[in-house]
Amino acid sequence: MTSGSAPLKLRESPAFKIALSLSIATGLYGVSFGALSVASGFDFWQTMVLSLLLFSGGSQFAFIGVVAGGGSGVAAMTASALLGLRNGIYGMQINAMLRPGGWKRYLSAHVTIDESTATASGQTDPDEQRRGFWTAGIGIFILWNIFTAVGALAGDAMGDPKQWGLDGAAVAAFLALLWPRLKGREPWAIAAACALATVLAVPFVPSGVPILVAAVVAGIIGWFSHARMDEGLEPDVDPYAEKRQQEPRSNA
Amino acid sequence: MNLWLWILIACGLAYLTKLLGYFVPAKLLESPRIMHVAGTMTIGLLASLTVVNAVASGQALVLDARIGALAAAALALWLRAPFLVVVISGAAAAALLRLLGWG
Repeated sequence: MTSGSAPLKLRESPAFKIALSLSIATGLYGVSFGALSVASGFDFWQTMVLSLLLFSGGSQFAFIGVVAGGGSGVAAMTASALLGLRNGIYGMQINAMLRPGGWKRYLSAHVTIDESTATASGQTDPDEQRRGFWTAGIGIFILWNIFTAVGALAGDAMGDPKQWGLDGAAVAAFLALLWPRLKGREPWAIAAACALATVLAVPFVPSGVPILVAAVVAGIIGWFSHARMDEGLEPDVDPYAEKRQQEPRSNA
Repeated sequence: MNLWLWILIACGLAYLTKLLGYFVPAKLLESPRIMHVAGTMTIGLLASLTVVNAVASGQALVLDARIGALAAAALALWLRAPFLVVVISGAAAAALLRLLGWG
């Protein structure tokens, strides 16, 4: 995909480096999934099928979490599907960014997850976006599955994955992905509003759904803050102003 | 066997959801408003994922070692540490706090 043509350039690429460290960090976290899945009563192959075919960490944890809590298969499937809805939004973003054609589209859909999308959208150069997306997507797929197997096989020997702070690694990784986007007032306001919406939603809706509540809140803010800018109010707080200047608008 | 069925349905739905995003008409994506919404949604989703991973435990809100991980990661980011260092700081903080008997 991205490798082969210019290995030296690839090694120097910032997106490649970010994607690689993200692959290792996220891949390692697969140990935690494998161990928890087996501890929740899933067998080795059920655990592996979730990592190979479902391949979306949040949805996988939701699935096994519901079953571990005594929930039914339908409930587990529903929680997993709801949590996976954001990947549809990521698909739109990656499609807009990279426009993969033919079979690549079907492959890129499978590796469209939080980390690959975040790596790509953190870059501005289209080549870097492409390198970041594919390196993170494929790198995480390979390592996530290897470490899921390790966790499933060694789960009991390892003890509680929390003891290794693997859940803390996930918190840190998501904050690190969010951090570079918090430039200016609007992104901070959106992040704060969505964090609050999430905390308020957690006790009242099944796990996975608070993330969608936050997505809706962010979507509404985005929709209306854009309308406000069309009217020329508060243009100076718009973090996307630079981008928009390149495409002059005629509807004013 | 029944569980296998739901696992496979969940896998199918997960892939179809991802793929569906790729078949949204290109025209829609060229709208500046939609792109702006996509940008705000990314921020919202990442903020939400951070919070869920830090304080949610099923449907309960819990303050445990993960808060330490969040603080350590924020500090590392503020010091402009590279991504992997941030992640390791988070893991180390959570592991250390648990070793000390908290959360």
